[in-house]
Amino acid sequence: MVARAGIPIIDSRFVTVGGGIGSFVTVDYLRVYGVPAADITVLTQLETPWSSYEYLTRVSQIPRGERLRSDSKSTPDNIWGFPSYAVREALAAKSVKDFVTPLWNVLTEPILSDYYTPKAGQAFESMEREHDRIGYPQCVRKGQVRMVRRRREGGYFTILTPPVGATPTRRLAYRSPYVHIAIGYPGLKLLPDLQRYREYYRDPSKVVNAYEPHEQVYQQLALRPGTVVIRGGGIVASRVLQRLIDDRDRLGLQTQIVHVFRTYVTGAHGPNIFMRRKGGEGWAYQGFNYPKSVWGGQLKAKIRGLEGEERAEAYKLMGGTNTPVRKLWQSQLARGRSEGWYRTVVGEVTELRPGRGNQGVVTFLKTQQGPLEVYSDFVIDCTGLEADIREHRVLADLMDHGGAGRNPVGRLDVDRNFEVIGTRSQPGKMYASGSATLGGYFPGVDTFLGLQIAAQEICDDLAKLGFCPRFGMVASTKQWWRWARHRKI
Amino acid sequence: MVPTLYGRIQTRIVLLAVVGGLWTLIITPLLPTGESLGASYRTTYAVLLAVLVLGVLWEFLYHFLQQFRWEKDWPTFFGLLTMINEGLLLWLLIKAGAVPGVGDVPLSAYLIQFVSTWLVVWLVANGPVQVFFVRWRFRGGRFW
Repeated sequence: MVARAGIPIIDSRFVTVGGGIGSFVTVDYLRVYGVPAADITVLTQLETPWSSYEYLTRVSQIPRGERLRSDSKSTPDNIWGFPSYAVREALAAKSVKDFVTPLWNVLTEPILSDYYTPKAGQAFESMEREHDRIGYPQCVRKGQVRMVRRRREGGYFTILTPPVGATPTRRLAYRSPYVHIAIGYPGLKLLPDLQRYREYYRDPSKVVNAYEPHEQVYQQLALRPGTVVIRGGGIVASRVLQRLIDDRDRLGLQTQIVHVFRTYVTGAHGPNIFMRRKGGEGWAYQGFNYPKSVWGGQLKAKIRGLEGEERAEAYKLMGGTNTPVRKLWQSQLARGRSEGWYRTVVGEVTELRPGRGNQGVVTFLKTQQGPLEVYSDFVIDCTGLEADIREHRVLADLMDHGGAGRNPVGRLDVDRNFEVIGTRSQPGKMYASGSATLGGYFPGVDTFLGLQIAAQEICDDLAKLGFCPRFGMVASTKQWWRWARHRKI
Repeated sequence: MVPTLYGRIQTRIVLLAVVGGLWTLIITPLLPTGESLGASYRTTYAVLLAVLVLGVLWEFLYHFLQQFRWEKDWPTFFGLLTMINEGLLLWLLIKAGAVPGVGDVPLSAYLIQFVSTWLVVWLVANGPVQVFFVRWRFRGGRFW
């Protein structure tokens, strides 16, 4: 049918759709396991695997010089996690202080210090080195993937629309036994009141989402004093607050901050003494976006065995909006509270309206003490809601025509080995990793280490199927030695 | 580290036996035991075995304490702190004559062996082991 439609067919042994960090990490594992670059095809619209991630971190106030929320051993450029980012940062230091600081930090985390986290720039630069080492660019084919369909004869067709004029036909069909889907976040979703404001008043400048470029807010605050309403209690709210307060200190500004919490956390919370998460001043505190042991310890082992409702419940208990405890943030907010320019409000926002004379924005809230109106010059939404997986055409098509379904949390249902349940096309298999698969047998999928854990499971499964060699102690050691000397593979 | 109970026990056994075993082989001739080399080796390996056996018991306590942590992790720093309680208990047991195969050991020799072995094993557990066992860290420290 594909050939009859005049679509050229290109054979590949493994196709990965997305081309972001999820695809990169999976290709890295495959290459290290011994799969030739010629057998792998990456279908993507991205310039580099990290470009979309870097855009999102930059606009949400983590430029290259700032630190991510990621563990020292979560190294997407190195499947072994050794040497860790902290060790590498120390080895690259030019002074004794810079040598000792990251090592002391990682040694004493999280007891005497905050969790060590790498600078965004370090993660991107090291990924770039690995990207060159494994010959990643050879695998890349640019274009937009329209759909992935099962073939009657087994395996899959992945239909790609290349850039206009790049090929004689408008579509190309990649035929492969194995497909991997790593399309990242299906899209951004705004809270209903923000969405209504945007659509009704057509004003994208005063009410902004932290994941969209909103530098103009900081620029205007630098020109004249103003009030900002912050929505959300997660890491992005923390980073945006830091930016506002840094600017306040650096430029001597008079910015007033009103922080709206829907759920105000007053202290440690949880069902029993064995499940108590720290919290206070509105925030729930947690080092990373899940408790650390989901990436390899007790919670990973526990959730691997949970099904349906039980699993959804476990996700609810561990999840929820949270942010890490960082000494800088704690001291900045304490100063704001005592000097009166940082206030918190607890309630549910019912509506946003432009202020009188179209000046500023009024936030209408329902609080326990009754209705409340807060005037501000800007509203920065840091809630970071993710759109439904159907918003992505490839996933919608997979659910409509490919047999894929939803997990207990409502995302793409994958098995313990990250095979997309219901999409088997013997002898081929389809895998998925990343944010779209949140809610599966392994939590923490939308993180560097989560992508590596998924890639490891996928490659081990492929090794069982004979697609690539098994990766034992000898191969691992040999490959690490090559990595350490930056030898190309 | 984010160990499970089985992971803790397996890591303790494998790293002490392999890394600790090799280290003991190297360091024993340098220890101020005041005894012949053969007798020194018998003592140092008996001490190592005692650390291993007692250590497996200690792991149950650590695992219990870990349950109070929300993250269910075991900070790297704890891996160093636990050297104190374990080292102290073993020394008291040696002094009480309760450790089979270990007689009168000079404190200096005991300290050098115990602390250096602990540090070497701790260093290996905090990174290099992953080079050889790439899945170890994703399995709560289990080797098999």
